[in-house]
Amino acid sequence: MSDPVKNTLLFGLVAALFVLTGVFQSANSALTILNMGLISAIMAIGVNLQWGFAGLFNVGVMGFVALGGLAAVLIATPPTEGAWIAGGYRILVALVLGAATVVAAVLVNSRLPKGRTRSLITFVVLVGGFFLYRAVFDPGVAAVEAINPAAAGHLGGLNLPILLAWPVGGLLAAGAAWLIGKTALGLRSDYLAIATLGIAEIIIAVLKNEDWLARGVKNVIGLPRPVPYEVDLQNSPEFVERSASFGLDPVTASTLTVKLSYSILFAVVLLTLLIMAQLALKSPWGRMMRAIRDNEVAAEAMGKDVTTRHLQIFVLGSAICGLAGAMMTTLDGQLTPGTYQPLRFTFLIWVMVIVGGSGNNFGAVLGGMLIWFFWVQVEPIGLWLMEVITSGMAEDSGLRKHLLDSAAHMRLLTMGLILLLVLRFSPRGLIPEK
Amino acid sequence: MDFLNALVALSNFVLIPAIAYGSQLALGALGVTLIYGILRFSNFAHGDTMAFGAMIAVLVTWGLQGMGVGLGPLPTALLALPVAILGCMALVLVTDRLVYKFYREQKAKPVILVIVSMGVMFIMNGVVRFIIGPNDQKFADGERFIISAREFKQLTGLREGLAIKTTQGITVVVAVIAVVLLFWFLNRTRTGKSMRAYSDNEDLALLSGINPERVVMYTWMIVAALATVAGVLYGLDKTFKPFVYFQLLLPIFASAIVGGLGNPLGAIAGGFVIAFSEVTITYAWKKVLTYLMPEGLEPSGLVQLLSTDYKFAVSFVILLIVLLFKPTGLFKGKAV
Repeated sequence: MSDPVKNTLLFGLVAALFVLTGVFQSANSALTILNMGLISAIMAIGVNLQWGFAGLFNVGVMGFVALGGLAAVLIATPPTEGAWIAGGYRILVALVLGAATVVAAVLVNSRLPKGRTRSLITFVVLVGGFFLYRAVFDPGVAAVEAINPAAAGHLGGLNLPILLAWPVGGLLAAGAAWLIGKTALGLRSDYLAIATLGIAEIIIAVLKNEDWLARGVKNVIGLPRPVPYEVDLQNSPEFVERSASFGLDPVTASTLTVKLSYSILFAVVLLTLLIMAQLALKSPWGRMMRAIRDNEVAAEAMGKDVTTRHLQIFVLGSAICGLAGAMMTTLDGQLTPGTYQPLRFTFLIWVMVIVGGSGNNFGAVLGGMLIWFFWVQVEPIGLWLMEVITSGMAEDSGLRKHLLDSAAHMRLLTMGLILLLVLRFSPRGLIPEK
Repeated sequence: MDFLNALVALSNFVLIPAIAYGSQLALGALGVTLIYGILRFSNFAHGDTMAFGAMIAVLVTWGLQGMGVGLGPLPTALLALPVAILGCMALVLVTDRLVYKFYREQKAKPVILVIVSMGVMFIMNGVVRFIIGPNDQKFADGERFIISAREFKQLTGLREGLAIKTTQGITVVVAVIAVVLLFWFLNRTRTGKSMRAYSDNEDLALLSGINPERVVMYTWMIVAALATVAGVLYGLDKTFKPFVYFQLLLPIFASAIVGGLGNPLGAIAGGFVIAFSEVTITYAWKKVLTYLMPEGLEPSGLVQLLSTDYKFAVSFVILLIVLLFKPTGLFKGKAV
């Protein structure tokens, strides 16, 4: 079987899975899975860029995704009344001061001659700057968080269209990635993994604890949508008429329409990124990246700046993850920092890339859709399996109850197992790199 | 008097917790650094190996408690420790045989091994959650304090109390015993010496007839023992919760890297550096400063540099600084 035929068959298979879900469960749940599947595919493209093209190991996908979510809040929500006057500008000044401290310390470090004086001055600048920053920052935060804490207590956003948040989410993630890449790239490959693991945990900690920014664990809900609301659709006589002509009741028709509009939006983004990634892969730049990946020493001997190129692609890949994160928060309509877990947002994406085929963009997309589908469907399957296994046991047996309760943890095991099996027996994935 | 009070408050809230936490981190970092030195990859599954060992200890402790067996004032978990170590050794040896051996024979790149260890991490995590559930489990028993704050106040007449938890005392004692045993093993025994030789120069070690599989086997067994001890001590001191062990991964790696990956002495130093920075930076200094500052100058705020929610940020920042200025760590590790 030739490659194109096989690939088409694979994509056909995934499409069939979604159609079957639509037939046997409902069109609604099929579309729900599809929407997240599209977003997952975008994240997979981002990780594939880093791992497949350049061999960089990023374990901080979760952090970049969460930054994208933050962008959605900062761009699209209306500003909280009076928050900027009360303390917003103060916070902004404090942040600038904090940044200035770091810049000053770096300058001192690079300008002055090496020695004890330099270390001392750097230390004084850092400590003094920190206390100054806190002195300006803390009252501002207290003032902002005191404003109507039950419903707001944060600065709010810029009230711009939420679609704008998508590229901004990418930019935020790119900034964080630059910071990490600048430090950890050029060193051993393991260090990047550890540094990204760290930054992801810290980004989540910031989102959870800085209430003035995005309300922390109190969550921001009711983000504006790029698509119409169901209620508005149901109230429009035109829409009711049109759905009746399809033989649907207005409620079902409206939810389907909303989800379908999201699917179309996401599919457009996915296709654009896919085309861009394909072009990049085929371009001289892509060939250079793969050359660096395959043999860093040789590439360096040919005059390629390995570390800079790595930084470039690391930032690009992370930006795509941030974009996907903003899209996901848009789809959910809320930012809930408590729900970001490394398993779901870092590890799962890795399974997608490796199962799909690292180094192949189509593979990443296929892996994203396929693994997401199974991720959603494994839980009912696992529960059913456990019920079959335990059906012979007594109704009140403790073991049976324990097994049924633990079925939810099957996901961790299954995903870990899939990753290890694929890595061992088919390391090139479903659609291998050409 | 004020000075003494300040000193006691400082010991109570900073020094003692940091020493206990530092010992736990050091034991964890020793495991990471040994794997790095001999198998040459960063083992992401280390946190969950700790969780697995601690889980066995918790289960055995419950069994012993059920039978009424105990150590009197000491926690029963100490009795369960040897069983837990054996269980954890069995787990890592099976993992090595089933998973890592294949890649070792292929001479796979380290980054592949890191990914593989991430897969192992999730499987172990799943197994632990499957067996014991994702919730907090209490298994500490026996006396709670070596000396409680009230007793200390009565004894000395100071205004500040000093409390030393039994678990903190045990942590330090057990950690010292474990480290002494480890260094005796590495420096004095034949197997230990061959492990060091293998870590320093693989080819030369092979040439002199050292059996690599044997070295690897012993390494895994030692790592399992260290991980279990660290996991049980941490669980006794704080609480056993599977997810917490995953989060410990960052401070543990930071400790190992700060000390210099592959360097056991460095791992211990790194553990204490990280623990002390974490505790001092997240501690609210108001109490200590109130005693020390002259009257009228007492701080009005809490003088807490960072909220405790950001303790991971501390290890992360230290990690970044070390990577920027001294990527081989304080004690000349092998990695650049």
